[in-house]
Amino acid sequence: MATKFSRETYLYWYELMQLIRQFELMAEEKYKMEGKIRGFFHAYVGQEAIAAGAMTATRPEDLFITAYRDHGLAIAKGVSVNSCMAELYGKATGNAKGKGGSMHFFGKDCNFYGGHGIVGAQIGTGAGLAFAEQYRGTDNVVLAYFGDGAARQGILHETFNLAMLWKLPVIFICENNNYAMGTSIERTSNVIDIYKLADAYEMPADTIDGMSAESVHEGIGRAVKRAREKGGPTLLEIKTYRYKGHSISDPQKYRTKDEVDEYKSKDPIHQLLKTMRDNNLATDEEIKAIDQRVDAIVTESVKFAEESPWPDDSEVLKDVYVDQNYPFITD
Amino acid sequence: MARSIAFREALREALSEEMRRDDRVFLMGEEVAEYNGAYKVSQGMLAEFGPKRVIDTPISELGFTAVGVGAAQNGLRPVVEFMTWNFAVLALDQILNTASKMLAMSGGQVSCPIVFRGPNGSAGQLGAQHSTAFEALYANIPGIKVVSPSNGYDAKGLLKQAIRYEEDPVMFMESEVMYGDKCEVPESEYYIELGKADVKRIGRDVTIVSFHKMMKVALGAAAELEKEGISAEVIDLRTIRPLDWMTILESVKKTNRLVIVEEQWPFASVSSEITYRIQKEGFDYLDAPIRRITAADAPLHYAPNLVNAALPDVPRTVKLVKEVMYARK
Repeated sequence: MATKFSRETYLYWYELMQLIRQFELMAEEKYKMEGKIRGFFHAYVGQEAIAAGAMTATRPEDLFITAYRDHGLAIAKGVSVNSCMAELYGKATGNAKGKGGSMHFFGKDCNFYGGHGIVGAQIGTGAGLAFAEQYRGTDNVVLAYFGDGAARQGILHETFNLAMLWKLPVIFICENNNYAMGTSIERTSNVIDIYKLADAYEMPADTIDGMSAESVHEGIGRAVKRAREKGGPTLLEIKTYRYKGHSISDPQKYRTKDEVDEYKSKDPIHQLLKTMRDNNLATDEEIKAIDQRVDAIVTESVKFAEESPWPDDSEVLKDVYVDQNYPFITD
Repeated sequence: MARSIAFREALREALSEEMRRDDRVFLMGEEVAEYNGAYKVSQGMLAEFGPKRVIDTPISELGFTAVGVGAAQNGLRPVVEFMTWNFAVLALDQILNTASKMLAMSGGQVSCPIVFRGPNGSAGQLGAQHSTAFEALYANIPGIKVVSPSNGYDAKGLLKQAIRYEEDPVMFMESEVMYGDKCEVPESEYYIELGKADVKRIGRDVTIVSFHKMMKVALGAAAELEKEGISAEVIDLRTIRPLDWMTILESVKKTNRLVIVEEQWPFASVSSEITYRIQKEGFDYLDAPIRRITAADAPLHYAPNLVNAALPDVPRTVKLVKEVMYARK
């Protein structure tokens, strides 16, 4: 076989990436056409290979934490698609009981520690998750995701310093999609290559082609091995591209259609499919069967979300304190 | 058997007892380990617990606070020391946007059992950036609790409670100028529940409510007033959030007069909240407007007379009590 990875791996990658893609396309339709989803909505479309490669390079016990562009990683970690769609709808059956929305998916049972809305904050919190694993003496690792915009936040530098000082088992993953909202990376710093920021802390770093699940798997795999073997953190700059705007309300006047089209030609799902076909890893029937399964899961999630109840109004004062007897001020 | 120990020793006992009891508890902060604590609260703890559990950090408030928050979310019970709460402002994002909100944002999945502690408020001529009292600011935030003890006995029981039993983030406010205060503390173990005020002095004519080191002003004023035949009841809030307003109300039902002494800035302060609550719940019991003394509505300046002029003191408290008593002089 010409490929480094097994047929099963490719089939897994393809199904996961399609599931994330189709989930988001469906959700965007429900947002734009039917108004059933509200709030800020940041799509992962074009970045799916990063979730796919990360999953095969890690174990279920490894923890993921990310920013507000969180749908793809939540689904990858196994947060149920039904609960994801219901969360977007704001329903009680959502993965955060309708209290988080698009930016705040959670699945602690799946070791998915959320969906965080303050740019860069989860880099530090993620290092704290890793601190706890090291403290307990496990060999679990944490994947802490952030965007290129977050690379300019102070928390990144403080966290890199601490993570190297204490050799925390954390992999910092910068999903560099070239735009901090509407500001291209060239306009945010003198240092365009984000992986070089690791040099200041003598942290190992690498750049990875984020449009290729194979590259992502290999790059993350090397960093995970280092972290598991008590070698400390790694910074991975994964070059990717978001086809969609920063959020659903972004008219994208800061980039050309040609630029977007060029990246679409490198679409990670199309590339993966081509590799699978060129190497006879799947028949058209098998691909079609996966597509149909994904469609069914996504369609079911919409039905589930639409039929689910809203959270009860009494939920306003629930999940604010663990303390069940907290005397809230109500007037 | 009670013995007289310093406030800092009471805190150290609380930390050490809880660390001996539970391996998940650790202490992290600037100078806590090898230097034995900027104010010697953690003296000797590195020797007992080792560097895994008594952890020096670089001057990186946002970074080490984030590590503490993440560790708490992932099953540990961190105690994070700030050299002063003034520096914790750098870490406010992690406290306000992550620690306080994650339980709610995650629909109840991700809790954050963590204690943040350190000295708070003014401590003499330290200038504006080392002198802010933050109780009211943190008390505004749902999802966290705010503790502000006035003596070593309360501090030990409250800190032990916070570390062992509180599953929510606790802000624990100490004071540079109280660390040396001596206090009777029993040798046997005890805990003090959060959210309970304590009547430190029983009286009948007026209620004075205070907390933290302003309790000294409140008790000092009560002693002066007694010489003039005015019996003041003094309530120590101990916990700011949640606020034990019922204890205040019960006292006001008896005295019909309320004065609040605090070191907060006046706008939306602890006294503002108490005043709202007592006028609503106890309107018919009040024989005079509720009055207060706060810190001046300004950054705290350096000159000694300006420090004194900006902070509550016994003479002004006595004068204010007499005003609500409608006393002649």
